[in-house]
Amino acid sequence: MSNGPLQIKAISGHAGPVPGLDTSRDYSVAKLIDVTTCIGCKACEVACLEWNGYPFRETIFDNTYQTMPDTAWNYYNLIRFNEHVDEAGNLSWLMRKDGCMHCADPGCLRACPSDGAIVQYANGIVDFNQEHCIGCQYCVTGCPFNIPKFNSETKKVHKCTLCSDRVGAGLEPACIKACPTGCLHFGTKDDMKELGEKRAAQLREHTSHTHAGVYDPPGVSGTHVMYVLHDIDHPERYGGLPKNPTIPLLVRIWKGPLKWIGNVAMVGGVLGVAVHYLRFGPKRAEDHK
Amino acid sequence: MIERYQFHERICHWLTGFAYLYCLATGLAFYSPYLFWLAIMLGGGPTSRFWHPLLGLVFVAAQMWMHHIWRGDVNVGAADKEWLDKARYYATNQDDKVPPQGKYNAGQKLFYWAMYYGAFLLLFSGIFMWFPEYISFDWRGVRPVVVFIHECAALVTIGAFIIHVYMGVFMVPGSVAAMVHGFVSKDWARAHHRLWFHQKTGE
Repeated sequence: MSNGPLQIKAISGHAGPVPGLDTSRDYSVAKLIDVTTCIGCKACEVACLEWNGYPFRETIFDNTYQTMPDTAWNYYNLIRFNEHVDEAGNLSWLMRKDGCMHCADPGCLRACPSDGAIVQYANGIVDFNQEHCIGCQYCVTGCPFNIPKFNSETKKVHKCTLCSDRVGAGLEPACIKACPTGCLHFGTKDDMKELGEKRAAQLREHTSHTHAGVYDPPGVSGTHVMYVLHDIDHPERYGGLPKNPTIPLLVRIWKGPLKWIGNVAMVGGVLGVAVHYLRFGPKRAEDHK
Repeated sequence: MIERYQFHERICHWLTGFAYLYCLATGLAFYSPYLFWLAIMLGGGPTSRFWHPLLGLVFVAAQMWMHHIWRGDVNVGAADKEWLDKARYYATNQDDKVPPQGKYNAGQKLFYWAMYYGAFLLLFSGIFMWFPEYISFDWRGVRPVVVFIHECAALVTIGAFIIHVYMGVFMVPGSVAAMVHGFVSKDWARAHHRLWFHQKTGE
């Protein structure tokens, strides 16, 4: 990305103008997950644990491939295995890499009461700062994707950081690096959207997945983690991916109008009794015999 | 002097008040970013998050104790309807147009019931907010509802609390002393609670 002070302005002994001078790229980043080429190998899960320094968790067996039931405070990234049988009786095995979607309009951030516990970077990454987290879990209330997870020992909430530490150093997220099939892509939001749409068009034209599409839900103003799905009309088949995710209406009211109505009412109440005192003064017992 | 509040009543009142004030300060910190400094002053965000629900339990418990002590005095009856019809005279210090009152007037009773029902709403919504990690994602619709109820109930009690403090500290001199020492003057009792005054003194 050629933004910023290290963009080359002049080159010695160079014929012609500086290549790329005055060009700039969109620095908002995105992850594109092409679920149609995911083989469920869980290399991304391992890479995530390794980079973040968490131990591997014990697995369970419930007669499916889902050996890990859910994401957790120390398990940001989980492949969800779903068996789907269509009307014709054909079985398809739907695998989805579940994790934070990095919403452009993040419900967690809107709901959080603590100064600086959740930040959204200009590149689109939504990150939790555990040192400012107070453990109230309002973020859980605001999130439509069931992402923030609570550590009951430290009373802090954690989730996928989109490897903000790696991205800040010019690297791709750990999961991207580990993916063996190339179903995970990382780049600018525009590029990833374009790549995803191309892949979806390819699926529609050359395969039986005539409803293939890119999952970039407008209800949260788009996300910085997008999916290419076989059937964009039924995201819920992929282990509870909501069809039209939004920040709950009551959270919007609570963090919007109710806040100002409450503020005005409280300040008005205090001012009201003060004015009342100036106008009417105290009820002296000796005046009211 | 006439005894208005016995020792245990005063303890109960100030215990309730202290717990309410703590919950008010920390709750306002969680309510508005402009008031988050209240949580910092009280030991930081995580500390406030830890103690807010516990002091909330103290508040509700003290409120239950208070109910045990005062429930006989706070029933709203026909005489209170009359007082409420003339509340504007009371609010404008034309007390001679207001009917004589027992130990508590209708305004005080309404304050009592606002805090009583407010405490229950705050308790039942607050328990869910205390341990949201036990609400499964399938029941996620419950979370914003309880937050909403908690906030609305808190705002109602804050409105009542502002009036309560104003009345007690500023508008009716002698009330704070009554809640501290337990005693009011005969004039005070005759002026503000004449029926109770007659009942206590037989005059």
